[in-house]
Amino acid sequence: MSWFKRQTDKIGEIAPPEERTVKTEGIFVKCDNEDCGATIYRKDLKENLNVCPTCGYHFRITARERLQLLFDDGKYDERDTGIAPTNPLEFVDKSPYEVRLKKAQKATGLLDALITGEGRIGGVRTVVCAMEFNFIGGSMGSVVGEKITLAIEYCIDQRLPLIIVSCSGGARMQEGALSLMQMAKISAALARLDDHRLPYFSLMTNPTTGGVTASYAMLGDLNIAEPGAIIGFAGARVIEQTIRQKLPKGFQRSEFLLEHGMLDAVVDRRELKQFFVDALAFVCPDK
Amino acid sequence: MDLVNPTPANMEAINRVQLARHDKRPYALDFIKLLFTEFHELHGDRKFFDDPAIIAGMARFKGRPVAIVAHQKGRDIKERQARNFGMPKPDGYRKALRVMKLAEKFGRPILTFIDTPGAYPGIDAEERGQAEAIAVNLREMARITVPIIVTITGEGGSGGALAIGVGDVVNILENGVYSVITPEGCAAILWKDAAMAPQAAASLKVTARDLLLHGIVDEIIPEPEGGAHENWEMAAEIIGGYLERSLAESDKLSVKERLEKRYLKFRKMGAFERV
Repeated sequence: MSWFKRQTDKIGEIAPPEERTVKTEGIFVKCDNEDCGATIYRKDLKENLNVCPTCGYHFRITARERLQLLFDDGKYDERDTGIAPTNPLEFVDKSPYEVRLKKAQKATGLLDALITGEGRIGGVRTVVCAMEFNFIGGSMGSVVGEKITLAIEYCIDQRLPLIIVSCSGGARMQEGALSLMQMAKISAALARLDDHRLPYFSLMTNPTTGGVTASYAMLGDLNIAEPGAIIGFAGARVIEQTIRQKLPKGFQRSEFLLEHGMLDAVVDRRELKQFFVDALAFVCPDK
Repeated sequence: MDLVNPTPANMEAINRVQLARHDKRPYALDFIKLLFTEFHELHGDRKFFDDPAIIAGMARFKGRPVAIVAHQKGRDIKERQARNFGMPKPDGYRKALRVMKLAEKFGRPILTFIDTPGAYPGIDAEERGQAEAIAVNLREMARITVPIIVTITGEGGSGGALAIGVGDVVNILENGVYSVITPEGCAAILWKDAAMAPQAAASLKVTARDLLLHGIVDEIIPEPEGGAHENWEMAAEIIGGYLERSLAESDKLSVKERLEKRYLKFRKMGAFERV
């Protein structure tokens, strides 16, 4: 008689292969820049504002992270909440628009692809609209158009400077021509802001393309971009198919636009806050 | 094209798209010949070059001096290539704005005619700021003080169309279309299959009727039986009537009223709910 008796015959279920590895996910991340590929301690990355400490690659950040980064002490009041998208065209592609919306809303905790915040930057009261790429590619539909227009009208009413942070694939196809018209609506509001001699800074982040670039993103008193961002009108694939030749290296990147005179500056995220503090001081009346 | 009865009300969206692209459809220069006198084309953006995909100029409409800005497609292969299939480069949009500002300076109304697959997607266009050129036109057209009457005669191809499409009145021909993306482009992205273009055209709601329903256009201009390509003269005559009426309406307004009306026209576009 043995002292120890097995309760069961088997040692137990063998761990499935995916559990046999040591879990490092969440502790380390690999740099998205293929030429770099550095393994970065996640905490280090966060402290470095989601910029790779090795190569300077700018990871995409959420609209909320963007607002926290720009406003003093990361504090702001959200404006124009409660404006929600509908399905005006009853658009159906592979998946109904409503389903895409619900999924995006659940994933981001937002009603649509833009947050408006009001707070202080270097002590100056400022309104910032930040686009959320995780919401259907940051696409611009009626809600984005309405919220930006409301923000502009509020800036005119309160005489405040405006910053829009773009991060978008362009107009939202599922709202058809209504999306397209947001370009005209916002640009018309920006004309009024300009008539009132109020400052507007446009920050383009990766990516800023299509109808967003072809309206408010390119209409800033200052048009600036983060390094390495894809910025353009037409998508690279569309251009390749049209002209049937390979695109030059670095085409439609921030640095390419800077070289062609389309941007005032390319600003590293780690210097972004100070850039805006200085720019606001330049455009705001001396106290 | 094989259409038995081209313009019934319930025609499939993709057939409207085909009619809007019909190779016998009258283009801007055809309408200009039929609708205006003393037309003189004004070339170039004074910066880089003269984009043949955009026509701009001065003319008389029923005796009255006006400025014209329009897309121009080519009729035969050679002209199509020369005009880049009606796809403007940034320089075309800058020429358009230059002539519109000229009209504003001398108090002449602006009539624009839209017919383009879209702004040209190419390396040179991107290098010279296609997006910036379109964006600036949108902003400036919102505040140009003289009347701007927009007519979509064929294809309203996204930002490339809108860049000369901000005005006091936006009318569309019965078989015109206006869309955020071509049905083919939409199908390629959402269905990963360009053959789904008919479905995409229906989903995008590109037809004149749908655009009117969603408040994108003010009025639908009827076409001669069979479509504008069947009778250019009659099509032009009908358009002329609409232009005259639209101009008369905009004339009545003071500059302040006109700009306010134009602002509110676009301001109210969009569909959302408050929750």
